Amino acid sequence: MLTLTHFLTLGAMLFSLSVAGIFLNRKNVIILLVCIELMLLAVNINFVAFSRFLGNLDGQVFVFFILTVAAAEAAIGLAILVVLFRNRQTINVAELDDLKG
Amino acid sequence: MPIYEIVFYAFSLVMLTGAVLVITVRNSVYAALSLVLTFFSASALWMLLEVEFLAIILILVYVGAVMVLFLFVVMMLDINMEPLKEGFIRYLPAGIAVAVLMAMELLLVIWSKGRFEEGAYPIPAPGPAGYSNTKAVGEWLFTNYLLAFEVAGVILLVAIVAAVALTLRTRTGGHRQNPSLQVRVQRDERIRLVKMQPEPRQGS
Repeated sequence: MLTLTHFLTLGAMLFSLSVAGIFLNRKNVIILLVCIELMLLAVNINFVAFSRFLGNLDGQVFVFFILTVAAAEAAIGLAILVVLFRNRQTINVAELDDLKG
Repeated sequence: MPIYEIVFYAFSLVMLTGAVLVITVRNSVYAALSLVLTFFSASALWMLLEVEFLAIILILVYVGAVMVLFLFVVMMLDINMEPLKEGFIRYLPAGIAVAVLMAMELLLVIWSKGRFEEGAYPIPAPGPAGYSNTKAVGEWLFTNYLLAFEVAGVILLVAIVAAVALTLRTRTGGHRQNPSLQVRVQRDERIRLVKMQPEPRQGS
């Protein structure tokens, strides 16, 4: 039978993959945003699995709010990306050094 | 009942393959499309967990709206992909090392002592006939999380305003109508009455 371990393992593997994606694509802002979405999905899988196996609906409500905030984050992030590209003609992270941090 | 296992492993395989494609393909359009595949498989897995409402929401909101937004932006921007991929090979060992290390740590916690096995977390029984996950989540949400729900609506409103305010640009030098000025125009600004002597009749 499918136990909680199955779903937690899946979430852990997905999270590790998205961390690797951030390491590999550290020049491309779009892929970085996509990897953040993948991380949120991995966390959501954990929430949903725990909610199901504990018989508690709080986890599902929490996933609902995570989806809301993630949608807002993606909208604003992509808006910033569009403005960035309009001003600099590039989305290469290595060239975004205007703030001299 | 091995059908659950078959479905689980099939969709898990598709999902992890999609995630690998997302982080390795060279073209951002293909990355976004692979992300759609990943989210779709995740939705199927949630359906397996009998979390139907969130599974549908994941497809409607994520695949339907957020991923289309990603695709829209990726296709709209004329991005030169060559410099963005440099360092991919160089950082490949470090990325794989960190990913494997992290996965090992997480799996060590999850698998040790069988703390998430069937003994500690028994397999939940399927809901009774007529059980509606959407109804249950809705009742729970509007009973215990009403304020948080309203705040989520405000967050979405702020996101709309922020996205519009960030990307809106007013062009200078263009000729455009101003309806407000058009409505408020006075008679004197449009008509000039000139007093003049009557002209003598021509000819005759």
